[in-house]
Amino acid sequence: MTQGWQNRIRNFCIIAHIDHGKSTLADRLLEYTGAVSDREMEEQLLDKMDLERERGITIKLKAVRLSYKAKDGQTYELNLIDTPGHVDFTYEVSRSLAACEGALLVVDAAQGIEAQTLANVYLALEHDLEIIPVINKIDLPSADPERVKQEIEEVIGLDASQAILASAKTGQGTEEILEAIVQRIPAPNGEVDKPLRALIFDSYFDAYKGAIPNIRIVEGKVTKGMKIRMMSTGKTFEVTDVGIYTPDIKPVESLSAGEVGFIAASIKNVKDTRVGDTITQEDRPAAEPLPGYKKATPMVYCGLYPIETNQYDDLRDALEKLQLNDASLLFEPETSSALGFGFRCGFLGLLHMEIIKERLEREYNLQLITTAPSVNYRVVKTDGEVVMVDNPTNLPEANYLERVEEPYVSASIIVPSDFVGTVMELCQEKRGQFDNMEYVTQNRVVLTYTLPLSEIIFDFFDQLKSRTRGYASLDYEFKGYYEADLVKLDIMINGEVVDALSSIVHRDQAYYRGRALVQKLRKLIPRQLFEIPIQAAIGNKIISRETVKAMRKDVLEKCYGGDVSRKRKLLEKQKEGKKRMKQIGTVEIPQEAFMAVLSIDE
Amino acid sequence: MFGLYIHFPFCVKKCNYCDFLSGPITSEDTVEEYLLALEEELTIYHNLLEDKGNLELRTIYLGGGTPTTLEAHQLVRVLEKCRDLFAWAPQLEATIEANPGTVDLNKLVQLKKAGINRISFGVQSFDQYLLKSMGRIHSPQEARESIAMAKTAGFENISIDLMYGLPDQTLSQWDNTLREALELGVQHISVYGLQVEKGTVWGNLQAEGKLSLPEEELTLAMRKLCNELLSQAGFKRYEISNYALPGYESRHNTGYWLGKPYLGLGLGASSDFWHRRFVNTFDLKHYIALLKRGQLPIVEEELLTYRQRMGEMIFLGLRLMDGVDLELFGERFGVRAEVIYSKEIEKLRKMGLIRVTQKHLQLTPKALPIANYVFTFFV
Repeated sequence: MTQGWQNRIRNFCIIAHIDHGKSTLADRLLEYTGAVSDREMEEQLLDKMDLERERGITIKLKAVRLSYKAKDGQTYELNLIDTPGHVDFTYEVSRSLAACEGALLVVDAAQGIEAQTLANVYLALEHDLEIIPVINKIDLPSADPERVKQEIEEVIGLDASQAILASAKTGQGTEEILEAIVQRIPAPNGEVDKPLRALIFDSYFDAYKGAIPNIRIVEGKVTKGMKIRMMSTGKTFEVTDVGIYTPDIKPVESLSAGEVGFIAASIKNVKDTRVGDTITQEDRPAAEPLPGYKKATPMVYCGLYPIETNQYDDLRDALEKLQLNDASLLFEPETSSALGFGFRCGFLGLLHMEIIKERLEREYNLQLITTAPSVNYRVVKTDGEVVMVDNPTNLPEANYLERVEEPYVSASIIVPSDFVGTVMELCQEKRGQFDNMEYVTQNRVVLTYTLPLSEIIFDFFDQLKSRTRGYASLDYEFKGYYEADLVKLDIMINGEVVDALSSIVHRDQAYYRGRALVQKLRKLIPRQLFEIPIQAAIGNKIISRETVKAMRKDVLEKCYGGDVSRKRKLLEKQKEGKKRMKQIGTVEIPQEAFMAVLSIDE
Repeated sequence: MFGLYIHFPFCVKKCNYCDFLSGPITSEDTVEEYLLALEEELTIYHNLLEDKGNLELRTIYLGGGTPTTLEAHQLVRVLEKCRDLFAWAPQLEATIEANPGTVDLNKLVQLKKAGINRISFGVQSFDQYLLKSMGRIHSPQEARESIAMAKTAGFENISIDLMYGLPDQTLSQWDNTLREALELGVQHISVYGLQVEKGTVWGNLQAEGKLSLPEEELTLAMRKLCNELLSQAGFKRYEISNYALPGYESRHNTGYWLGKPYLGLGLGASSDFWHRRFVNTFDLKHYIALLKRGQLPIVEEELLTYRQRMGEMIFLGLRLMDGVDLELFGERFGVRAEVIYSKEIEKLRKMGLIRVTQKHLQLTPKALPIANYVFTFFV
């Protein structure tokens, strides 16, 4: 039952595809409600990290309380819970949705619905959220709101007659949106007298206060000084601060059922504030945690190695610091005979991996070699033992293998009908299994395929985009482990296996991949003072060979007074290039070579 | 004491491989304005150096372009200005670059009289077809005639440039060119492997995939053949691309490799002076306009770090077969090269690319074709 004071609370989030204008719209709402003045207004306030701004993707979510005086004369407390917009972070999205009663569905008036949006809308519907369609960017000349409305009705089955036409850029529709939030999204319920149950939908690390969970109180009440318990781990803490974001931090006495905010409790590690976990009161615990808690499991693994071996400790420190803020990042020490000491790291997906890598390089000034990403294989050995292999080097020898299973995903691809053939072809090449095809409108199709995750991380997205001229969108979720005929493909450089270049591939593709990879490596490895053979091998069998010819001639023929500086700069540049290479045996190998397996030409 | 370089950005016609600052003369007025500007530039430097008493020239080098595109009296005018304003060291080496087809006996005699005592001809090849494909204006016969005239005019220090690694060039063509060159009776030969530069006719052809250059193996064989034939004829390779009969090494160019100071005058010329590296404007109008106002036409100035200076001394010095003078290095920088580059030298020595004699650091013969690789250790 909604209690009187809860009537003036609305909890909502924004669902949108990348670039459809979520952050700009959030800015307009903040501006309109006076949460930030124009002067303070920095574009796209909710995306805090530089990297997020650059990529236009919200990675870490946040909650903001807006105070809005509606046309009915009442002042409402609107909690905007931000959500990440990428397939890597589906679970985080689902937890944010669980903290809301409603969602703004923002769709680009020119582009229509994309696969990721669709996936999130379905998630929102599962959580019984009230969905308010907002058709954004109607100021664009190519805007076609009627077509988009039709899509929303036909694809999602939502009544789009009440869709709000908006332009986050010009501010058009902002007030209508705020009114719709008040009128159409239900107020939260949940009894304040029951034992505390608070959902952690996000957390971050503060250097002074420790791990800070962002929470939605579902039942009960949390106050300063209260002893709390994390229901998944059983760990207990004492609440030192309770607060909200306006968006600046503002302390409050307590948070009650229906409210959104944060607590601080001297929690040392974000691992103890897991997204999806339930917080309860130590002295008066709830009987059951809230449903839906899942420990985040990495889907993609890769090795991270410092180019300079003396940066190993710095790399570990940096990873530890990043992990403070990101419980889904896993890492453990690993040794490669080619690359030395480094870490095998687990990520939610490719984007997550790239973000972490970029942050390590940019914020921590590390020079890294990334090995090609791998999935986690399930290997059943002949003696019955089951091992998980997240690094191709560790795949047991063929004669110890009973079978190898790899993770498969269910992928849905939304694509204009003109491209159905080419997408099906791509999925076929990638060992996909056709599941379903559905026309969502006359000329848009949802294709569903079961695909090996390893194929998705191998160049799938780029291929999909280029073959559909950017029109296709992709979403996928883990489906299960299935057996496949997989072999380890080794690369030998100058006669030695370079473990960091090994990959696990399907037997049917092994020959072709091996050949493409050595050809690519031949182009990437610069000529050196001696000839360098590059070979691809399966077991002891060489399946392909290329040679990097020895550098025989590298000399400035002319060097007189006019060009000393220019020649010096050329030499300096040449030297810089050399510095970025990794010495393996006597061969210098550039960083890109370790990622070569990812982008060999089809 | 310093070297003086004067640039003449004029030629009859741009060659297909040329990326130097030069082009055909557009009008006689331009030449006149350019000469006035040069005279002004000489005067400014004279005034700047007079107080310090540093007016003695070690060497003079008139380069281009093709300086001999100009009339004899125009070149003589510049030389006379140099003589008026600066002191010429005894034994001063004064070189002019020339191209066959741009000189006659009268011009050569006048240049000789004005003090030029070394002439360097851009002969490039004795193959009619190759000369044509390079966009050269002269024939093999004209090259022979020009050199004969220079001798008649009294030049006793004549140099020629040759090029190898040209599109479609064969080893036997090259062999023939070398033999013809040795017939000329010159004292100095510069031999350059073709480097195709962006923006040149050949650079553009290469970008379109339409230039068929000889394989690397063949160009190495060409250098080897050149080393053999020239050495048999008594020439000593004293720098990566330069060969001379004993005593005829280019003193001006050797100054660059030893890191001696020089002033460069004229369009786009570089100087290394007052411990600074500076460059003149590349824009002819700008050059003339600035000097009309009595301003130096410098547009870029670089103050090298200690470390950069050291690197330069090494890689320039290693171009010379004698190598880097280790004593001189120590004197110049207050620290021995063997100390500051101990790791690099050790590594290269083990690879057989460098050797340390009593007084010098030298490239080994094996290192010559891959000298850049060695140089990168020191920059």
